[in-house]
Amino acid sequence: MNESTAKRTLTNEDLAIEVKGMHKWYGEFHVLKDINLTIKRGERIIICGPSGCGKSTLIRCLNRLEVHQKGEIWVDGIELNDDLKHIEKIRKDIGMVFQQFNLFPHLTVLENCCLAPIWVLKQPRRQAEAAAMRYLERVKIPDQADKYPGQLSGGQQQRVAIARSLCMNPNIMLFDEPTSALDPEMIKEVLDVMVDLANEGMTMLCVTHEMGFAKTVADRVIFMDSGEIIEENDPESFFSNPQSDRTKLFLSQIL
Amino acid sequence: MIVHTPHPNLPPPSTSVGIIGWIRKNLFSSPLNSVLTLCALYIIFKYVPPMIRWTLLDANWAGSTRDACTNDGACWVFIKVRFHQFMFGFYPASEYWRVILAFGLIGALIAYLLIERTPKKSWVAAFTIFVYPIIAFFLFYGGLGLPVVETYKWGGLMLTLILATIGMFFALPFGIILALGRRSSMPIPKALSVVFIELWRGVPLITVLFMSSVMLPLFMPEELRIDKLARALIGISLFQSAYMAEVIRGGLQALPKGQMEAADALGLSYRQAMSLIILPQALKTVIPGIVNTFIELFKDTTLVLIIGLMDLLSIVQSAFADPKWLGFSVEGYVFAGLLYWIFCFSMSQYSQRLERKLHTGHKR
Repeated sequence: MNESTAKRTLTNEDLAIEVKGMHKWYGEFHVLKDINLTIKRGERIIICGPSGCGKSTLIRCLNRLEVHQKGEIWVDGIELNDDLKHIEKIRKDIGMVFQQFNLFPHLTVLENCCLAPIWVLKQPRRQAEAAAMRYLERVKIPDQADKYPGQLSGGQQQRVAIARSLCMNPNIMLFDEPTSALDPEMIKEVLDVMVDLANEGMTMLCVTHEMGFAKTVADRVIFMDSGEIIEENDPESFFSNPQSDRTKLFLSQIL
Repeated sequence: MIVHTPHPNLPPPSTSVGIIGWIRKNLFSSPLNSVLTLCALYIIFKYVPPMIRWTLLDANWAGSTRDACTNDGACWVFIKVRFHQFMFGFYPASEYWRVILAFGLIGALIAYLLIERTPKKSWVAAFTIFVYPIIAFFLFYGGLGLPVVETYKWGGLMLTLILATIGMFFALPFGIILALGRRSSMPIPKALSVVFIELWRGVPLITVLFMSSVMLPLFMPEELRIDKLARALIGISLFQSAYMAEVIRGGLQALPKGQMEAADALGLSYRQAMSLIILPQALKTVIPGIVNTFIELFKDTTLVLIIGLMDLLSIVQSAFADPKWLGFSVEGYVFAGLLYWIFCFSMSQYSQRLERKLHTGHKR
């Protein structure tokens, strides 16, 4: 499927995300340096790198949780800038899953899932609930719908968080170290859901240290260090034949 | 090789449960605790029975003059004779029904809102917030055919409750706005909120009330006379909203940043994120602080006595000066104290129930 997309000439509609010469600073600190990235529809991208390299900041820039100071970001043909209308449109289009889940603890699982469809997409409550139940079934926890997040295990919470994002019908999903805060026996249940999602053709950007997951689903692996993209390759070549010394060192440390 | 055999669940040892277990654990867990328990028991037996004798057993209930008070205990006749004044101040007796109706109505409305699963709550809430104040104004003050009762005639518990309810009614929403303003990234709302909060928090309430009743009229044009009670109310509301703002800001501060980020990432607008995600959680965590401020406000209303408003405490105090009833100040203070305590304790009890109801398991 991926190859057939590549064969066609690349039009704007095939592009999910385009980042051109993007820079970001935290105060004086230069976090992201000249980032250039093109992501086609349906592509699965894994971003890895040592901690503090700017990988989380990069994906957080894509839905404006962080503001970039220089360069351009285009999502689904809309430029991400100070225009609130653009930000609103882009956020509707991008789902995000966080390391700390960030479920709303005062709402039940079902309410967590329905909230944005009802208030942002203006769906009728019944329709939103039906859709939410479908997604909860997909992440295999429909029986927990009436519980509060605090009553669930970490793995279950993260699956709820994925379902909550999917309820907005996003074209693109961002994952910010989705399994880093989980106990080992819960990582697999979350990764399984993500693999399913990848197989259905969702455009995904995932910051993760799960190299097994990277090998199975990724179309491309991006390696970052100190705010720059050091290497970008298909997973097989990336793992078996890393080009730069920095990548080799990183891989030797984590594998 | 070690083979594991599952161990059955055993009951706990008998000394750790039941009444004996409870007494051992809570009253006699160490030599020091045993001594403290015995001291406490001694104090209770020495002082509580005389108090009960004075307030209830030996007290005087019947009669209508001080001569009726022949027993050693409290002379509640004093309270009985003055009761209407303590409740209504100098409000004309023929119009008492208006006050009772207004309080009965708000009591019924609040009860309706607090009881769970009553239908059409949002309509009743809207009625309470937008329509009831108008009805209450005409009932208390008059107009629309009802004879006007000037505010200087209002007094007693009625005035205390009016000051406290209106104070709370404004302090909470103002406090929320100020807290959000202070945390805003926009410089002007932020600066305004900070200046407002620090200014009002930095002066004593007495000063505020004094300014509002004595100084303000000097600067205001003759024709722009605002009622003294209204000025006191504005002073109390603004003063308490500054405190409320800081309490609520504490709750906002305690929320993990991820909550706002998740709301943003889902595409919720600022207003939606605040009203659906941030404030419900922030307000929930600071219920004890909010109720604390409410209780403080309730008791601070007694300060209006310095600007000549006759709230419950000041009307009770003024009754001590009646030559027919000299020497009954203890009864008066006990009565006033009891009324204040009943209202404050009810608020505290309700807040605890609310906390339990809103508890949804541990945060992660």
